[in-house]
Amino acid sequence: MFKVFLQVVSKELKGAFRRQSDILNPVWFFIIVVTLFPLGIGTDPILLARIAPGVIWVAALLAALLSFERLFKDDFIDGSLEQLMLMPHPLAWLVSAKVFAHWLLTGLPILFISPLLAIFLSMETNTYFALFLTLLIGTPILSLLGAIGVALTVGLRKGGILLSLIMLPLSIPILIFSTLAIDAAAYGQSYLGLLALLGAMLVTSITLAPFAIAASLRVSVS
Amino acid sequence: MWKWLHPYAKPEKSYQLAGKLLPWFVVVTVITFVVGLVWGLLFAPADYQQGDSFRIIYIHVPAAMMAMAAYSTMAIAAFIALVWQIRLAEMNIAAIAPVGAVFTFIALVTGAAWGKPMWGAWWVWDARLTSELILLFVYLGIIALYNAFSDKVLAGRAASILTLVGVINLPVIHYSVVWWNTLHQGATIMKFDKPSMAPEMLWPLMIMIVGFAAFLGSVSLLRFRNEILARESHRPWVSALVTDKLSGEK
Amino acid sequence: MLRCEKLTCVREDRVLFKDLSFVIKPGEIVQVEGPNGVGKTSLFRLVIGLSLPYQGDIFWQDTPITDDREHFYQKLLYLGHKTGIKPELTALENLQFFQKLQPSHKNLDLWEILAKVGLAGYEDIITAQLSAGQQRRVALARLWLNDCPLWILDEPFTAIDKSGVKVLENLFLQHAAQGGIVLLTTHQDLSLDKKHLSKIILEKPQDNFYV
Repeated sequence: MFKVFLQVVSKELKGAFRRQSDILNPVWFFIIVVTLFPLGIGTDPILLARIAPGVIWVAALLAALLSFERLFKDDFIDGSLEQLMLMPHPLAWLVSAKVFAHWLLTGLPILFISPLLAIFLSMETNTYFALFLTLLIGTPILSLLGAIGVALTVGLRKGGILLSLIMLPLSIPILIFSTLAIDAAAYGQSYLGLLALLGAMLVTSITLAPFAIAASLRVSVS
Repeated sequence: MWKWLHPYAKPEKSYQLAGKLLPWFVVVTVITFVVGLVWGLLFAPADYQQGDSFRIIYIHVPAAMMAMAAYSTMAIAAFIALVWQIRLAEMNIAAIAPVGAVFTFIALVTGAAWGKPMWGAWWVWDARLTSELILLFVYLGIIALYNAFSDKVLAGRAASILTLVGVINLPVIHYSVVWWNTLHQGATIMKFDKPSMAPEMLWPLMIMIVGFAAFLGSVSLLRFRNEILARESHRPWVSALVTDKLSGEK
Repeated sequence: MLRCEKLTCVREDRVLFKDLSFVIKPGEIVQVEGPNGVGKTSLFRLVIGLSLPYQGDIFWQDTPITDDREHFYQKLLYLGHKTGIKPELTALENLQFFQKLQPSHKNLDLWEILAKVGLAGYEDIITAQLSAGQQRRVALARLWLNDCPLWILDEPFTAIDKSGVKVLENLFLQHAAQGGIVLLTTHQDLSLDKKHLSKIILEKPQDNFYV
């Protein structure tokens, strides 16, 4: 069972490392979007620190959206998605592996790059720490939610914009709780409760989303 | 218990049942709208704080409630559609979603209009309004997804899945927004003391809620019937129906 | 044994076929014939459970296929229009993936099998750089790898040269002799004789009414 999971993950990673632009482009996008804000709003450090959590999270959302396209689309085009659906293993399990690989390729780089952006937006250390934790818990939820949207739209010719229409409203709670936690950290309050809520959402989406993704794929790929 | 329900899993029977129910819903809608609106807008006393502007409550609150009710109905239909694979339930979703979206839109517009005299601005990031805005987004997502599939059988199934995902997410969205709101603005928002509403104000509201429910029912039934006809247009019973109608007109 | 009962397929309000029933017994090679757009691929996608029939049932060994997908998929090898081969992986890596994920794929030496399908020397080249025919051969190599009784092949000969077709035909005969089933579509004339090959001929339905 876990061997299957690891096989799928390693295949995804192997494929992705041969097409590195797919990993790097969303990260670049993320950095550029964040850079635009000081340019547009001004360089007042207090103001920047104030809007930093929201800016970084919205940018992360948009970057995630960009990267979702390739989660199932390539596989759909070359037929490996239908082969995956014909494997003698539970589809929900196989797609969990794919989503996990996707998170490794898109969520993790954002985590790595986040200290740089914290400096760009003059965030304080403890606020940054909160940001890091919310990204750590929040980006997997984004990947899972987004995967449902991608699975629903993968068979459509113009699924890209539809995907954002479906997915962005559903990801609002993550945005809210994450930015609230970071705000709390900025004011020196405890944000453990908010993190716990995010954690609860993560657990819920880990348990439920794979089934929704599998069911959606059975609809889209037919 | 389910035996009497079973024939209605057939589109033809459902079409006829919907046709029989429709006039009743329309009658209830017309009566309650006339009574509720006249009573609420003309005869109910003005609010001691808000004056006459509070009367928009007779549109706003029922619309907002029915926007939620429409979504709950869709969620139940989606569950039925996915578990028992009943296509009628999918058609039901397709029929209700735009109605629900319009109700949500009405609730938003009336809410904004109410906000102008109350808060002095057309739009305030009030928790209830924000949740409603997000509900509208969710509705539009479902409608867009349904329309994006050219094969309507698949469209129905995709829309069911999204509806169910939404129903798990909506309470979370609602509470997160409430929380976000209390933390961000807290005291700036006026509180309405709902329980202390005078009976002469409350009665028209109740009537309007019933009226909006019946209105939702009527429009949904109409759309449901259309959806059945469109989706089943290749079935003999539909063509028989059409030829019957045509020969009747001659 | 594969049994389809009263299948009706509707795509975008168009009836492709209706009330289609057939049984395929072990040892049979069945070719589905019909003009373009008559629903051959749709039929295959119903039979492998990728899409659901508007009406009707499909049974594998008397169990509806959607009841126990995992069991059914252990017995099934499907090759579609799309090869299912990842262009950014090498031929070898692609086959290794299938070998590791599908218990039905035997632990044979992949180099040998790639040589058998005429890809000796191309094992470590990224499949995106191979020709269409060669990519198809990578996918077809799975036919030698697996011991699934049921093969469903949608246009397996696309981009395959004459000698390759001959090799595949022999492989089908061998598979059928071992009690396997081959269900395929092709626009090429097969040189198999009537004793070995039976046909399902799909025609456009007379009227456009659902049942």
